[in-house]
Amino acid sequence: MQKSIKKYFALFALPTILAFTVIFIIPFLLGVYLSFTEFTTVNDAKWVGFSNYVKAFSNQEFLRALWFTVKYTVVSVISVNVFAFIFAMLLTRGKKGTNVFRTIFFMPNLIGGIVLGYIWQLILNGILFKFDVTLTSSAKYGFWGLVVLMTWQMIGYMMIIYIAGIQNIPKDLNEAAKIDGASRFVILRNITIPLIMPSITICLFLTLSNSFKLFDQNLALTAGAPSKQTSMLALDIFNTFYGKTGMEGVGQAKAVIFFVLVAAIALIQLVLTRRKEVEN
Amino acid sequence: MEQTQSRGKDITIFTILLVLAILFLAPILIVLMNSFKGKFFISDTPFQFPNGDTFSGLSNYTSGIEKINFFSAFGMSLFITVCSVAVIVLLTSMTAWYISRVKSKFNSFLYYIFVFSMIVPFQMVMFTMTKTANVLHLDNPIGIILIYLGFGSGLSVFLFSGFVKSIPLEIEEAVMIDGCNPAQSFFKVVLPILKPIAITVAILNVMWVWNDYLLPYLTIGNEWKTIPVAIQYLKGGYGSVDMGAMMAMLVLAIIPIVIFYLFCQKYIIEGVVAGAVKG
Repeated sequence: MQKSIKKYFALFALPTILAFTVIFIIPFLLGVYLSFTEFTTVNDAKWVGFSNYVKAFSNQEFLRALWFTVKYTVVSVISVNVFAFIFAMLLTRGKKGTNVFRTIFFMPNLIGGIVLGYIWQLILNGILFKFDVTLTSSAKYGFWGLVVLMTWQMIGYMMIIYIAGIQNIPKDLNEAAKIDGASRFVILRNITIPLIMPSITICLFLTLSNSFKLFDQNLALTAGAPSKQTSMLALDIFNTFYGKTGMEGVGQAKAVIFFVLVAAIALIQLVLTRRKEVEN
Repeated sequence: MEQTQSRGKDITIFTILLVLAILFLAPILIVLMNSFKGKFFISDTPFQFPNGDTFSGLSNYTSGIEKINFFSAFGMSLFITVCSVAVIVLLTSMTAWYISRVKSKFNSFLYYIFVFSMIVPFQMVMFTMTKTANVLHLDNPIGIILIYLGFGSGLSVFLFSGFVKSIPLEIEEAVMIDGCNPAQSFFKVVLPILKPIAITVAILNVMWVWNDYLLPYLTIGNEWKTIPVAIQYLKGGYGSVDMGAMMAMLVLAIIPIVIFYLFCQKYIIEGVVAGAVKG
């Protein structure tokens, strides 16, 4: 059977492979190469070794964006997951209206980042107006604005995954614990949380990588203002490429560093999930 | 006694959920409310209902639609999303079936490259991909479909491959013994079996392509605007932002998504869970 399928390579595999090569593989390899060169249009690339990387790491804006991104990621991972877990606990009591609530909580996920950014710009500026400031008066407003926005957007998604995990816990375990007189907190700590560890891992890493790669919401909400203090990594890379000419090489080096960081997060997740699978 | 206590608890939980639901919907409802107010009454007092002085009817909608050419942006978004997702589902399911069924070093290498591409952030290839698309004349509404195919193939091939591996070979062998060629056996037998995962792949890609901003902005944004690009343009292109038009356009941007969500809710939520657990 393999042989007869093999004849159909051109029909079945080739179109995807071609598009994938042209749009992903070549640009990826070219991107790695260009990060070691100075260029403005790809054709005029001149090898400069690691100097772009040195420039990237001594670039104040990049370091500030990196620090901002890390801080923001830590805070939003905690806030999204804590709220999503509480929401999931509230919704798994099997009471009336659960589905309607689930529908409402999940909805913000489907709205695009640009639209979300402007929705929250209106709301947050409206609140801050009462205190005579705006979202872009100080970096701390932009920071917490992004946290609120992303928490609002991602709670629903993570909640759904937590609900799936909680519903998989065998009912008799909870009942047995209740008969033994275990308090609600003990049940939560010793039964619920250990048994939904796979969901927790998935949610932590989904929020981690989504927060780390955030772009659209950042652009729409503050666009980095005031004076780039609320730029996250993705936006800083974008601005390095398209903000001024002559910085393309540094921009590409920043992009490679960004890629390595994101890949590291993904690899840690892979290792952790694999280890869990072995234990079970 | 215990019953009244648990009923009291139910009511408390219901109330908490109700308050949360209102908080969740509030931002969208506030934007809706402001879309009917004159543009100078929005920024300062977004939480006030429109009244005789501030109510502006549908004028924000008409001016916004005209400014960003909303209906052409809507048509562009719809065209790109429908075509890209159709192409992605069809071609990546074929590819996934091919590389799972034909065992070779090259195919398993290919599989790992597809998986690898899932962890590469867009910024890594942003500049070089845009240039490549430009050189190959893919920077138009047809070409962008191929760009989405190239970019979306990682996750899609991965999800389809996982599913194909769970289909017993005997089914396809039986069909081929009956005289079907591989193409016939794929389209008549395998594709129908792939339907659940195809729905997941389609939903995940719709959510991505419809809302995507940076890729269409960089590749075709100068000439053709999708909804997110058009909305960002409203902010960028006119010095001071016309808040009225902005509110109206945000509402129009949300409506199609809400309709899509209400119709396919079950599939969307299942698809998201399936995609998350496997990805």
